[in-house]
Amino acid sequence: MNLVIIKYNAGNIQSVLFALERIGATATVTDDLDIIQSADKVIFPGVGEASTAMNYLKSKKMDQLIVKLKQPVLGICLGMQLMCKYSEENNTDCLGIFDESVKKFIASSNEIKIPQIGWNNIYHLQSPLFHQVQENSFCYFVHGYYASLGEHTIATTNYGIEYSAALNKNNFYGTQFHPEKSASIGEQILQNFINI
Amino acid sequence: MLTKRIIPCLDIKDGRTVKGINFENIRDAGDPIELGALYAAQGADELVFLDITATNERRKTLSELVNNISHHINIPFTVGGGISSVEDVRVLLQNGADKISVNTSAFNNPALLNQLALEFGSQCIVLAIDTKMEPDGNWYVYLNGGRIKTNVLCNDWARQGVDLGVGEILLTSMNNDGTKKGFALDITRQLATSLPVPVIASGGAGTMDHFVDVFEDARADAALAASIFHYKEIEIPVLKQYLSKKGIFMRF
Repeated sequence: MNLVIIKYNAGNIQSVLFALERIGATATVTDDLDIIQSADKVIFPGVGEASTAMNYLKSKKMDQLIVKLKQPVLGICLGMQLMCKYSEENNTDCLGIFDESVKKFIASSNEIKIPQIGWNNIYHLQSPLFHQVQENSFCYFVHGYYASLGEHTIATTNYGIEYSAALNKNNFYGTQFHPEKSASIGEQILQNFINI
Repeated sequence: MLTKRIIPCLDIKDGRTVKGINFENIRDAGDPIELGALYAAQGADELVFLDITATNERRKTLSELVNNISHHINIPFTVGGGISSVEDVRVLLQNGADKISVNTSAFNNPALLNQLALEFGSQCIVLAIDTKMEPDGNWYVYLNGGRIKTNVLCNDWARQGVDLGVGEILLTSMNNDGTKKGFALDITRQLATSLPVPVIASGGAGTMDHFVDVFEDARADAALAASIFHYKEIEIPVLKQYLSKKGIFMRF
C-alpha cells in the first residue's frame, strides 16, 4: 500500500501521519506531483484558511493534479472544503469536485460559538467509509465554515444547522471532522479508507 | 449537537508528570503518555499538558514529549507552559500538538496573540488566564503562575484576547483552585455568555455536582480538573454518566 499525504501550507499534516502510524500504516508526506499521482491512496489534510491554501495549491499546480486523481482520495477538514466548488471564506473558488458550497456558520444563539470546537455526533451514515461505525458516533470538529447538505453528503451533523459531516463522489471522499483526532472511531474511519 | 468537554490536566516537569498520582492500573505513574492514554481510554474529551520545567533543556524535552504523545494518544491535546514565541509554537504544532496555550507571555506582549492566530489559525491558540477576585469584588488577571497581580480586569483581558484572535479561553480561578468547593461560577458565566469563543473552566472541582453547576449554571463549554482525576476521587466514566443523566450532552 503506497499511501501519500499531500504536503502543503496547512496544519495538521503531522497529526494525520502519526494517526496512520498508530493504526500500523505508513505514509509518505510529499508535494511531489509524480509521487502523488502514482500513489495507491491519497490523503489531503488541512487546517487553515481557504484562499491562502488554494493559492498555494495553484502555485504548485497541485490544483490540476488533485481533480484528475483516479485513486481514492480523502480530504480532511479544510482539505474537504477545498474539494468543494466555492467557499465563502474570502470568496474562494475551490477545486469543484463536490457541487456543495462552503458557508460560514452564523451565531444564531449564545450556544453557537464560532469556530465549532469539540465533539459532535454524525448520523445518516451511508458509505463504506463508515463500515462498523455506529449512527450518532462522536467525532472531533474544529471549523468555522461548513459544507451544505447535497447529493454527495454521506454523513450529517448539526451545529445550529444540519450540514455535511462527510462527502463522497466517485473516488473522492471528504470528512469535515478530524478522524486523526477522533479516538477509536476516527481510527476505524481511517482504516476503512485504507481498505476501500 | 456539540458535547460539553471533560479535560484532565497533567503537570509536566522534565518530561514526567508531577503531583501525586494514585493509579494502581498503570505501571509508571510518572509517565505522561501512559496516564494520558489511560484518560483517553476512559473517555476524556481532550487533554492539557502543562509544562512547569524551568531548565534550559525544556524546549527540547517538551517537543520530544509532544511528539511522543501524538504518536500514542488519539484525542486532541493542548500544550502550555512558558511558550513565548511563534517559533516555540511552530515546533510544538509540528510535533503534533493540536493547541497551544499562552498566558504571561501574551499578557506582556499581546501582539503575540495576533501573530499566532495569523500564522497558525485561531483554532489552535488558547489564552490561559489566572484570575482572582479581590476584596473590591473585581476579578483581576494574575501572571507567572499566580505570583504577580496586575491591575487589569479578567473580563477586559479576555475580550482583548478574543479581539486579537484567540480561539478559546482557559479560565482558572485562584480563589477556587485547590479548594474542591466548586468552580468560580460567576466569572465563568460572565465570560462564557459574553464571548464568542469557547470557555474552559478550571479550578475548584470537588464533586460531580460542581461539573453540573459549571455547565448548566455558568454555561462553560468545557471543564478542566487535575487532582480529582489523578487521585481517582472522581472517575471520568462515572462523571460522564452522571452528567448525562442530568441532561448534559456528553460523548461516550
